[in-house]
Amino acid sequence: MIDEGLIKKYLWSTDHKIIAMQYLFTGMLMALIGGFTVYVFRMQLAFPGQPVPLFGRVSAATYNSLVTMHGTIMIFWVAMPVLLAAFGNFLIPLMLGCDDMVFPKVNRLSYQVFLLSAIVLVASFFVPHGAFGGAWTAYPPLSARSTYNLTPYGSTLWVIAVALEFAAFLLGGVNFVTTAMNSRAPGMTMFDVPLVVWMIVIASVLFMASVGPLLAGAVMLLLDQTLGTGFYDPATGGDPVLWQHLFWFFGHPEVYVVLLPAMGIVAEVIAVFSRKKIFGYKTIVYTAVATGVISFFVWAHHQFIAGIDPRMASLFTVTTLIISVPIAEMVFLYIATLYGGSITLTTPMLWALSFIAEFMIGGVTGIFLGAAGSDIYLHDTYFVLAHFHYTFFPIAIIGTFTGVTFWFPKMFGRMMSERLGKIHFWGTIIAFNFIFIPLFITGAAGDQRRVYNHLGFPDLATPWRQDLRIVATMALVTMLAFQPIFIFNFIRSMFKGALAGANPWRANTLEWLAPSPPPHGNFAELPVVYRGPYEYSAEDREEDFWPQHIPGGMPTPAETAVHGQWQA
Amino acid sequence: MPQQSHASVHSHGQTHYIRIWAILCALLAVSVAGPMVGIRFVTLATAFGVAIVKAFIVCSQFMHLNIEKKFVVYILGAMLAFMIVFFSGVAPDVLEHEGQQWQKTYVEPAAGASTEH
Amino acid sequence: MDVPTGRLAVWWVLASEIVIFGGLLSSYVMMRLRHGAWAEQAAHTNTWVGAFNTLVLLTSSLSAVLAHHAAERGDGPRAATLLRYTILGGGIFVLVKSFEWTHEIEQGFTITSSLFWSFYYTAAGLHAAHVIAGMVIMFIVARTAARNEALHRVENIGIYWHFVDVVWIFLFPLLYIAK
Repeated sequence: MIDEGLIKKYLWSTDHKIIAMQYLFTGMLMALIGGFTVYVFRMQLAFPGQPVPLFGRVSAATYNSLVTMHGTIMIFWVAMPVLLAAFGNFLIPLMLGCDDMVFPKVNRLSYQVFLLSAIVLVASFFVPHGAFGGAWTAYPPLSARSTYNLTPYGSTLWVIAVALEFAAFLLGGVNFVTTAMNSRAPGMTMFDVPLVVWMIVIASVLFMASVGPLLAGAVMLLLDQTLGTGFYDPATGGDPVLWQHLFWFFGHPEVYVVLLPAMGIVAEVIAVFSRKKIFGYKTIVYTAVATGVISFFVWAHHQFIAGIDPRMASLFTVTTLIISVPIAEMVFLYIATLYGGSITLTTPMLWALSFIAEFMIGGVTGIFLGAAGSDIYLHDTYFVLAHFHYTFFPIAIIGTFTGVTFWFPKMFGRMMSERLGKIHFWGTIIAFNFIFIPLFITGAAGDQRRVYNHLGFPDLATPWRQDLRIVATMALVTMLAFQPIFIFNFIRSMFKGALAGANPWRANTLEWLAPSPPPHGNFAELPVVYRGPYEYSAEDREEDFWPQHIPGGMPTPAETAVHGQWQA
Repeated sequence: MPQQSHASVHSHGQTHYIRIWAILCALLAVSVAGPMVGIRFVTLATAFGVAIVKAFIVCSQFMHLNIEKKFVVYILGAMLAFMIVFFSGVAPDVLEHEGQQWQKTYVEPAAGASTEH
Repeated sequence: MDVPTGRLAVWWVLASEIVIFGGLLSSYVMMRLRHGAWAEQAAHTNTWVGAFNTLVLLTSSLSAVLAHHAAERGDGPRAATLLRYTILGGGIFVLVKSFEWTHEIEQGFTITSSLFWSFYYTAAGLHAAHVIAGMVIMFIVARTAARNEALHRVENIGIYWHFVDVVWIFLFPLLYIAK
């Protein structure tokens, strides 16, 4: 009986909160694998040829598999499930004041398909010749011919895993969007919805609109790999650059698919811990939509030196530089929100602030890459790598820690340790910068990506370059060494943390009305909404917060339409 | 194929759809007849022109997009627009046969040749 | 402002399907334009078989919309019957295609014999997979509708089916006429 109950409750549940936990834990587990791969290959780069502790010697082929799987796992099996699926599933029904997603069974199916994709991907580590070694971008003919990539089974499993993951997120995305459109609490207009929900919904639409061509392309790649068709093979009239276009047409919107939820999480946190209304809420929403649209027009900046028409390259340079404007504007709006606020530096707030700072570095270094001229030199160097880690690390890692430390009390009913949280924060952030600043330098000095031993190139074998590579690796090891603190904090707090109560952060949004953790069905009584989500430090009010569900105050025209005229 | 409905008041709605179907079949016939004229332009115009018209009819009359909320049409239209963006961005690349610094060395295989490696 | 949730979900599913088929078909069109010599291969597709299949799908769309019409009036059993006709149409489509493909493969036009045929089988195959998936879902919806339950699903699966029809409306000229 107990087994039956456990399985039904934890493995077969349709409750959005359980599904969210499933995605969260799967994502965090995959992050351990992704983190291990980077430990191994960075040790190889720092001490080429030396056996890596806990792994062994790294051959060139193994190195390729490691970097491929690191990139693949971190983007598709960590960033997406945690930021989009876990937080989306957990927060959307709670923040909208309803009891679950509109399609709970489809929701469960989406996780099951996702889990299958993760299993397929992890299985690829154990097949003969190991996991796929053609880089996460899987360009043919390297990815199509196992005589080139040396991983015949791994490459096919990789394509299948990615295709399954896409299917899972398409299923999940439909749920998120329809729930947000149709299932809001009475009185909650579109512009009373918290930013993180907006961001996750926009991201889901962006994903839906961009993944199609790549799904088609993946089918074509799979056929090339298994049946010997020649979609991407010049010898049969195919075109390898076609794959690049199919991949990046999705690949560029994809970075915004993961960026927007992270920015949404940061927005929630900075409002709460500066006790201030978000500055320019509507502008942020419109800007996010605009960014999503523009993101469809920039993809070929990944292909500047792939042999595309230089006139196209000029066009894409212009659009790429343009897209930096709305994102910069959003960052300015966040800073404006902080300005003059009553700031408390809790752990979530520290993470949120570091997101802004680190992402800005990522953003400005992107300018050099978005301009085709400078990109000719910088493409495929570690400069690119450092740039996208200064964007992806804030997105996937800082965003996750911000969200987890902030909503942990709601998810588990207990508080995490602030002390351990801060130690973990400083160790991670300081180490992070010491990993990638050296890599900007070595990249600009000529270090190529996807090379397992730079000492093979006389120009790159200088001692100071190798010293920097070693510094980066040592910083990485340090950063990884701080992560058990988080894991320990997480697990111990789940059982022994101080009881949280419903609203330990004194926040406005509806999830803080539900008990911590929320029961099945979320709310004893479904709430009605009377105002927007960011009424902090309102005038004439003693409390510095004003939850959305508490009646009172001057109604907005939308509220009047719902509730009718009423006395303040 | 569908039975005749009993009540006359219901057959009114059904007749409308059957009429639309007949139009679609006629259009199909046009698109099949087009190539028989032998002029390439006519073939393509009938083939794709008819396809667009047929698609429009199915979308508005069968899927009822003519009475659906407008934003649905905008969403679907936006997806089509993205496909146009994709085509416009990629086709110049794929369609090039030669450039300033390169030339295509691929030779069309003889009829029936296999691509198997 | 509200579209019923089930129907809204189907529209979003179609939105993502537009870009999937759109990506595949755009790629095909580009490659077809690049390779004028494919006309020689394409001449071997059978226009009459393609036209027949188009007719079959158009007619199955008719029965699908008539099923919706019946469901709107609350006539579940009639809607179920009409849905079953639609499934039959899908079945005929797939059957004809199997014979068509068998014949073409016997003649030596396999998925690897030319990049044209690679696209041909991939595009039509992806479409056929959607037809079969639609038939399965329709079967389940019909069973429930026959009991006069969940009649709103009749319209929703109908919309999906019409979309599959529209994709074929474009595949037909691309693969069979514009040779």
